[in-house]
Amino acid sequence: MIAPLFFYIFASLCIASAFMVIASKNAVHSVLFLILAFVNASGLFVLLGAEFVAMILVVVYVGAVAVLFLFVVMMLDVDFTELREGFLQYLPIGAVVGCILLAELLLVVGAWTIAPTMPQSITTPIPTDVSNTMALGLVLYTKYVYYFQLAGLVLLVAMIGAIVLTLQHRQSAKRQIASVQNARNKATAIEIKQVPSGQGIKEDIEEKVS
Amino acid sequence: MMLPAELLSLKPLLPEITLALGGMVLLMIGAYGGERATGVVNGLAVLLLAGVAGLVVWMPAEKVALFNGSFIVDLFARFMKVLSLAGSAIAILMSLDYMKGAGQRRFEYPVLVVFSTLGMLVLVSAGDLIALYLGLELMSLCLYVLAAFHRENVRASEAGLKYFVLGALSSGMLLYGCSLIYGFTGTVTFTGIAQAAGQGGVGLVFGLVFLFAGLCFKVSAVPFHMWTPDVYEGAPTPVTTFFAASPKVAAIAIFVRVAIDAFPGIASQWQQILVFVSLASMLLGAFAAIGQTNIKRLMAYSSIGHMGFALIGLAAGTAEGVQGVLVYMGIYLVMTLGTFAAIMSMRRAEGPVEEIADLAGLSRTNPGMAFFFAMLLFSLAGIPPLAGFFAKFYVFLAAIQAGLYALAVIGVLASVVGAFYYLRIVKLMYFDDPAQAFVPMPGMLKAVFGVSGLLNIAFFIYPAPLVATAAAAAKSLF
Amino acid sequence: MTLTEIWSTYLWPLIIMVAQSLLLMVTLLIIIAYLLLADRKIWAAVQIRRGPNVVGPFGLLQSFADLIKFVVKEPIIPDGANKGVFLLAPLITTVLALAAWAVIPVNAGWVIANLNVGILYVFAISSLGVYGIIMAGWASNSKYPFLAALRSAAQMVSYEVSIGFVIITVLLCVGSLNLTAVVEAQNGPYGMFSWYWLPLFPMFVIFIISAMAETNRPPFDLVEAESELVAGFMVEYSASPYMLFMLGEYVAITTMCALATILFLGGWLSPIPFAPFTWVPGIVWFLLKVFFIFFIFAMAKAMVPRYRYDQLMRIGWKFFLPLSLAMVVIVAAVLQFGGLGPR
Repeated sequence: MIAPLFFYIFASLCIASAFMVIASKNAVHSVLFLILAFVNASGLFVLLGAEFVAMILVVVYVGAVAVLFLFVVMMLDVDFTELREGFLQYLPIGAVVGCILLAELLLVVGAWTIAPTMPQSITTPIPTDVSNTMALGLVLYTKYVYYFQLAGLVLLVAMIGAIVLTLQHRQSAKRQIASVQNARNKATAIEIKQVPSGQGIKEDIEEKVS
Repeated sequence: MMLPAELLSLKPLLPEITLALGGMVLLMIGAYGGERATGVVNGLAVLLLAGVAGLVVWMPAEKVALFNGSFIVDLFARFMKVLSLAGSAIAILMSLDYMKGAGQRRFEYPVLVVFSTLGMLVLVSAGDLIALYLGLELMSLCLYVLAAFHRENVRASEAGLKYFVLGALSSGMLLYGCSLIYGFTGTVTFTGIAQAAGQGGVGLVFGLVFLFAGLCFKVSAVPFHMWTPDVYEGAPTPVTTFFAASPKVAAIAIFVRVAIDAFPGIASQWQQILVFVSLASMLLGAFAAIGQTNIKRLMAYSSIGHMGFALIGLAAGTAEGVQGVLVYMGIYLVMTLGTFAAIMSMRRAEGPVEEIADLAGLSRTNPGMAFFFAMLLFSLAGIPPLAGFFAKFYVFLAAIQAGLYALAVIGVLASVVGAFYYLRIVKLMYFDDPAQAFVPMPGMLKAVFGVSGLLNIAFFIYPAPLVATAAAAAKSLF
Repeated sequence: MTLTEIWSTYLWPLIIMVAQSLLLMVTLLIIIAYLLLADRKIWAAVQIRRGPNVVGPFGLLQSFADLIKFVVKEPIIPDGANKGVFLLAPLITTVLALAAWAVIPVNAGWVIANLNVGILYVFAISSLGVYGIIMAGWASNSKYPFLAALRSAAQMVSYEVSIGFVIITVLLCVGSLNLTAVVEAQNGPYGMFSWYWLPLFPMFVIFIISAMAETNRPPFDLVEAESELVAGFMVEYSASPYMLFMLGEYVAITTMCALATILFLGGWLSPIPFAPFTWVPGIVWFLLKVFFIFFIFAMAKAMVPRYRYDQLMRIGWKFFLPLSLAMVVIVAAVLQFGGLGPR
């Protein structure tokens, strides 16, 4: 089968690029590797048959979120080598914590038994006769409409928050009001003056300066 | 097309829908009205919250579960919802004069409070892990923004950033816990988890620990309390008032519901965690508050201690214990709002002050305020016959009935230590040389302060309404 | 597994796929060579010039001459540039632009991958186009390219939003995300009057304008506004990398023209739904329609002065976004309550 081959390609590339995100010295390279990891993850979704989620992952995360992320990283110009200077002295503690977590995780995974009631408790059976996108839509707006709307409210609040914390109406800033500009016509925009020869329009200039 | 019958089935959701739509209408009024509309938006927000509280009370009493059990309305939810709504409405009322004085009359404040309260309602009614998380995020996201509301103020920005970063961390832990629980039970609904809990084994306990860690952060219980003093001190005082009031109620509510609804089978496991958390919170709240000079920091440690006391009731794990928690949260809300009304009126001509020393000799410059403030502080300390005593009484009683003697004894000792720093303020107000007088209290604060003080003193005369409602609410969970 | 099985299950389909892709790409590139020439000729005609007319009869071989010139020149890489990213940027631009063509049906059944979510795929790929520009701007290690990169990132992300909503209105009418299904849904008894440009006319206009902004075409070519930024993100590029940028840009424009054709102009369908016209192969109609849209693009380039950056942002966020959002609601309401919806 072709699918396992592609699975291993996507999976290994995903892990490799995820590793490079934390390993690469240049912050911009890190973000680029992050994007590569996203794209590979979306490839894995395609293999799972979740093509809608795969495309949305690319559109939203790669096409919009990561662009802004890259933007910020490029502008910030963070010197990561400087940040890493104290890295080694924390390594032993980090290693100990990591080992404990690993041991715990192994313990947990070793004891992993899915509760026998699980098959009955799966709330949404996987439909066989409709396309992936439609199946998603069928439950998203009926069964899970509550979550869907709540998630929308969370996003609304995020937007309000961003505006509250950053928007500043500077009085000094000059703004273009297109409707006013468009409403200008010959009568309001042009003033015709008879200029006597040899005297110029000195007065007017002074008026405008003051 | 959605049929009317299907729409009618959403009726239990009416308070939430009203609040969400109302919040958006307020946002529109504010966005188009600009600064001028702030007063209108404030007033309408209070009316909206009060109206929604009315709707919650008006709803039929039986237990309803919607959306496959992700939204639950029962007496417990209604009790906690009314408390949260009342706390938020009063917090907005109290903020009016302060925001005007600080030049921060922006309409986003009431709008964010309304959305945050919506998050609390969702949280209180959550019947599964996803609704829990969404409600929690909706509530917290508003709180992060509110903490940094005075964005020109360095302290406020610091508070907002600190709260946000630590909040994100705690959300991460909570989600990790949720995913473990889901992985080991195969379901996200509390009832499903409860059914599967017996077979979950060690993995489920892992998930439980992470979930509780996330919730402990939201109620600011030790060892996840570090953000509290900094955020309380840095945030604008009306925002601190709000932080100390309704979010705590909602977070405790979901804590209770998760523990009782989702994990009854492994109660012995989470009781250990809760005993430790409540002990540590009480002791830290009592000892760390002693050295504070800033009244807002002091209140932060005080609230950490109070959360410890409230969690004693949950640690008992019985209906009496939950009743104790509910009574505790009701009284805590009244005491906290009253105390913050006093803190907000610590204001001189040149601006607000926050040092405890500024209260010196208040009994001579403003005897009325000093008397009520002293009563509130006595009540916070838990001295009979004030309301705070009864709050502690019920949780200790439940702990003893459940056989948690050591917890009850240490709790009493911690409240004795805690009494020390409350009494220190009383001593400062009554026996020290007066500092410069405060400007007169604005009417709204005076009203909140007076009502809260009177409720505190008069609670022992007629405690039945609160206690009986709390008992009925607690029963609905079991 | 025997050799014949491997041949029939893996190799033969692979060869067919590669052959199809090559055929499409070669045809596409040749067509683009002439579209480029047409662009210059139209531009020249509007300004009453002759345009390229030296290489070949009527200048027909001009694009190929340019290609040879770019390929044989020496590519210059600036000293301070981030070499890897610098060279990756033009490749990404071109490869992504070409990749979008994998799902575009040029005739009934003439498509390399008939994806269920074809339209989302095109949308996703075209939203990635911005990376080529950002990477080029950053890796050049120079002020003008960097400014251009910042501009383009904001511009493309902004207009993607309204393109997304336009696509949603069409999808609401079709009820599928498959591009072939989009074309077939427009196959009505009234020929060109049953295509979506008529009922969704405002969205058609928004789509064309947003497509110009999305592909950095004039009058929205602020990314390479020569009066402000010299040549924008391409300042430091020369020879083949520069050519790859130009190629990617024109492929992206052609993709947008093809998308507009499929979404609003009925793809390969004949505009007049009876005999002599329906005998004409669908591919011819498709090409004619693509060329028609491209002609609009070219005329806009020749006639409309360049927008200022704040005006561009204003149009995107304050006009197109609310308008397309409102249209999504209106179209959905009409389909729902008028009983016109698919299925």
